[in-house]
Amino acid sequence: MSRIQTTFATLKQQGKTALVPYITAGDPHPNHTVNLMHTLVKFGADMIELGVPFSDPMADGPVIQRASERALKHKVGLTAVLQMVKDFRAVDQKTPIILMGYANPIEAIGAKAFADRAKAADVDGVITVDYPPEECADYVQELRSRDIDPIFLLSPTTEPSRVDLIVKQASGFVYYVSLKGVTGAANLDINEVSGRVADIRKKTNLPVGVGFGIRDAATAKATAAIADAVVVGSRIVTTIESSTDENLLSNVAALMTELKTAVDAAKQ
Amino acid sequence: MQLYDMPDVRGHFGQFGGTFVAETLVEALDELRVMYEKYRHDPVFLAEYAYDLKHFVGRPSPIYHAKRLSDKVGGAQIYLKREDLNHTGAHKINNTIGQALLAKRMGKPRVIAETGAGQHGVATATIAARMGLECVVYMGSEDIKRQAPNVFRMKLLGATVVPVESGSKTLKDALNEAMRDWVTNVHNTFYIIGTVAGPHPYPMMVRDFQAIIGIEAKQQMQEMVGRQPDAVVACVGGGSNAMGIFYPYIDVPNVRLIGVEAAGHGLETGMHAAPLTTNSPVGVLHGNRTYLMQDNDGNIIETHSVSAGLDYPGVGPEHAWLKDIKRAEYVAITDDEAMAAFHNLCRTEGIIPALESSHALAYAEKMAKTMRKDEIILVNLSGRGDKDINTVAKLANITL
Repeated sequence: MSRIQTTFATLKQQGKTALVPYITAGDPHPNHTVNLMHTLVKFGADMIELGVPFSDPMADGPVIQRASERALKHKVGLTAVLQMVKDFRAVDQKTPIILMGYANPIEAIGAKAFADRAKAADVDGVITVDYPPEECADYVQELRSRDIDPIFLLSPTTEPSRVDLIVKQASGFVYYVSLKGVTGAANLDINEVSGRVADIRKKTNLPVGVGFGIRDAATAKATAAIADAVVVGSRIVTTIESSTDENLLSNVAALMTELKTAVDAAKQ
Repeated sequence: MQLYDMPDVRGHFGQFGGTFVAETLVEALDELRVMYEKYRHDPVFLAEYAYDLKHFVGRPSPIYHAKRLSDKVGGAQIYLKREDLNHTGAHKINNTIGQALLAKRMGKPRVIAETGAGQHGVATATIAARMGLECVVYMGSEDIKRQAPNVFRMKLLGATVVPVESGSKTLKDALNEAMRDWVTNVHNTFYIIGTVAGPHPYPMMVRDFQAIIGIEAKQQMQEMVGRQPDAVVACVGGGSNAMGIFYPYIDVPNVRLIGVEAAGHGLETGMHAAPLTTNSPVGVLHGNRTYLMQDNDGNIIETHSVSAGLDYPGVGPEHAWLKDIKRAEYVAITDDEAMAAFHNLCRTEGIIPALESSHALAYAEKMAKTMRKDEIILVNLSGRGDKDINTVAKLANITL
């Protein structure tokens, strides 16, 4: 069983929802990233979504765009990100790491070479924002043959017939984007999300994660009640952005504690 | 018999093109694809498009024999397809009319656009005013500085111009920002992409709406000189004016198709916008797979050209395909060469060309010298240079 599957299975037994924080690798500085990852785990992360910086993050709002730009100033690209995962694994062999990024850095290496290197770094899952399933059958095959989960997004506008297509390609979990727009855009409508998640569950046994627009304890709690994983991105990146070198880890720890309490309270 | 039949149903030109977008945009593109398929051969739709091209744009645009230029250069005869005479001053309006008519049929009251030189922004603002649509144009803050007259025109036409401060603050970043707007406002918004890039169906649709250039040219050349040109030359940034004039010629044998990219400060300096000429690696950006200027990590690198309209790190996927199948050739012209051609056309023919089109002119001059006097080069003069006066004044030390 993959780390992602194991994590979901354990949480299910405990009646809990996974808390999945997102950070952009290399933000605010590459020296911080591995420490930040350990802090996220220490304060409640069940998995980590690690953003691969990209020059043209089309699906991201201004908060994560700025994080990407900060990381790119320090020349943090896919190769550096994979090294960070390796460094993290030297200490933590348990927490699943999911890379989230865009197609072109993978295209630059090639699908097969990327899958090899991701495996060597012990990556568990990959979300490639601009690879819809129709365009990446070979890539998905390369990942799955190495037990790396290709994780796909579903959106409020995804037609039911496409949900069928996507869940067939996906493994690990499926990621429901809870609003129309870019990351960090607005507050989600929990009733609408609830209905959509229920529809998705009719089509797949894969766990369903929900993200985009979860910005505080209240929305995290409401989302945790209906999802198997709650992904929090822009809110964490905002905290990183407004922190100094001195209070970065403590600020992130405080936010994580708040979110973890909220998520754990959801199903009790 | 139609020999050339690209792209496939999912928008692929061989390995190029496609639909590389986030899931949040898939439905919108599906809707657009279905609507475009429905109307692209619809006689009523096409009649409306033709009416506006004739009465609003002033088409057909003439072909002009640049005789004094040809004599001065010495060699082949240079003919100009006068897209600079179109309403709004460039070929861009051909496409915006088509897409705006589609927006109307799809019931979208708001249109958005990205723009580099500002020509597509002006063309979108113009047709939005003409059809009573709300219009928002995204433009890199660097481009706003160098294309001030066009920013002013867009504002006069009632459009909102949004400066884009992210990334390199140029065309590619404007495109990113327009995509972000679209994904957020897709229920009431139509995204009018200005070039033959973006996800399917845009490269095909924009090509089809620009193909009027080549369709007219074929007929006009036949009438004027009784034959087709030996070579068709057009500048390539994203590549819409080139695709528009090339497309109807793809199946015509013995007509060389030559796309001219921006060599900026020189290909050897790395400061250029010539992904095809330099054999850049293939990658994915803005929804399609194509040749892309990028670093080893797959991040897009900053490009340079004196002309904002060519300052783009990728190129339309159909150009990538035409290069690979060797149906078109791609070359590059430096800023200095383009500037020289710019001044040359001003002084010998009384035509002020856009800096983008000056790249095509510069290459045509080079080629003409190597050809016989009875050979013919047709240059797509894609736009007029009024918008570039500030840039040229600065470079040529002319006091305004």
